Amino acid sequence: MEKLTILTTINGKDYAKEVEPRLLLSDYIRHEVGLTGTHVGCEHGVCGACTILLNGEPVRSCLMFAVQAHSQSVETVESLGTPDEMHPLQKAFHEAHALQCGYCTPGILMTLKPWIEENKNPTEHEIREALSGNLCRCTGYQHIVDAVKAVTAQSG
Amino acid sequence: MKPAPFAYQSPKTLVEALQLIAEHSDDAKLLAGGQSLIPVMNFRLAQPGMLIDLNQTEGLDTLTLAADGSLEIGCMVRQSTLEKSMLIKEHAPLIHETMPWVAHSQIRNRGTIGGSLVHADPAGELPVLMVALQAEFELQKVGQSRRVSAEAFYIDLFETELQDDEILTKIIIPPVPARSGSSFHEVARRHGDYAMAGVAAVVSLDASGTCTACRLVYLNVGPKPMLATGAADMLIGQPITPELITQAAEHAAEHEIEPNGDIHASADYRRHLAKVLGQRALNGAVQKI
Repeated sequence: MEKLTILTTINGKDYAKEVEPRLLLSDYIRHEVGLTGTHVGCEHGVCGACTILLNGEPVRSCLMFAVQAHSQSVETVESLGTPDEMHPLQKAFHEAHALQCGYCTPGILMTLKPWIEENKNPTEHEIREALSGNLCRCTGYQHIVDAVKAVTAQSG
Repeated sequence: MKPAPFAYQSPKTLVEALQLIAEHSDDAKLLAGGQSLIPVMNFRLAQPGMLIDLNQTEGLDTLTLAADGSLEIGCMVRQSTLEKSMLIKEHAPLIHETMPWVAHSQIRNRGTIGGSLVHADPAGELPVLMVALQAEFELQKVGQSRRVSAEAFYIDLFETELQDDEILTKIIIPPVPARSGSSFHEVARRHGDYAMAGVAAVVSLDASGTCTACRLVYLNVGPKPMLATGAADMLIGQPITPELITQAAEHAAEHEIEPNGDIHASADYRRHLAKVLGQRALNGAVQKI
């Protein structure tokens, strides 16, 4: 099938690539752009590992085709910070031991990044509901909840 | 697995989209939010030769209140837009109440009302709401536009009135009568998972407390939204009491649903859920009047 040229902005940088229409956005980010922080778990939308921000909103990158991101803006976990300069969310996760294998973590961080802006003083119930679209097999979620409590207490 | 190859079209106008679907109706699928279609393509359960992407098509994502008080919702309105809309909160509170139960927030940011409605998943909340609210769907193809009631639209498992060359372009929700209340309940193992069972209820009363109208529609206990007209008839014309509601919910659970068993819940458990949730939804609706 014919390839199409698409222009995307990822973490503030512009990319022009030729892709097949069937290339998933998750695979585009990982293989064409080389940003492997976004993980692929289920490819049907339930696990949340592939969650990125599309025009500022969390979406499943495994449920979009790269061609649909033409002229759109994408943010991945790589945009949050560096080991030396971590985003407050990353720092809170680090301090609360909110990750073990780290596979689910990028998806959770990207889900939470806009959420903590809009939810300055969440209850535990609200935090757990916000996390309900992301599966974690390692932590049992408690330390993730603790991390979110800590980071929202700082800003609230 | 990854999707099989397909040709990709992104029409800018509805006219173009209608022409494309007319020309390729045997092998093309419309792409709306993609939150149900793309998983199916990722598993190669569907391998359309062409995708007609409606995400750049103008004019399909408006949300307006008509002069007669009815809501007109374009097919490409995102589920998250419905969730946050003040217009929906005021004029279709049943939708406002239910949206947090539809999948997960990340899915709702892409998923559309039109896409969900034509996909016709028996566990889908939106089809059930539309039947409860007596919505009408505008179906367009080249040279023709027709309206079908939500109730008539859903035929059987994943089977609707929509023809291969048609697009569901607009959803029209009539104004809710005065002195009406609505309520939605569902039970799922994890918040956002497919419901094991659910129910939407809309009840209208007159000034003396007699029921003048009732729509009771069940989720995931049959191949399509299950409208319990028998239960509703037990209530209409009667003064509403909790005892009568219990009887109606029991009748609906026993006679008006066809639940299946699967790894998540047995048929008997679904039937039990339907009975309990039916009571909660009817009582909940009445309490809001």
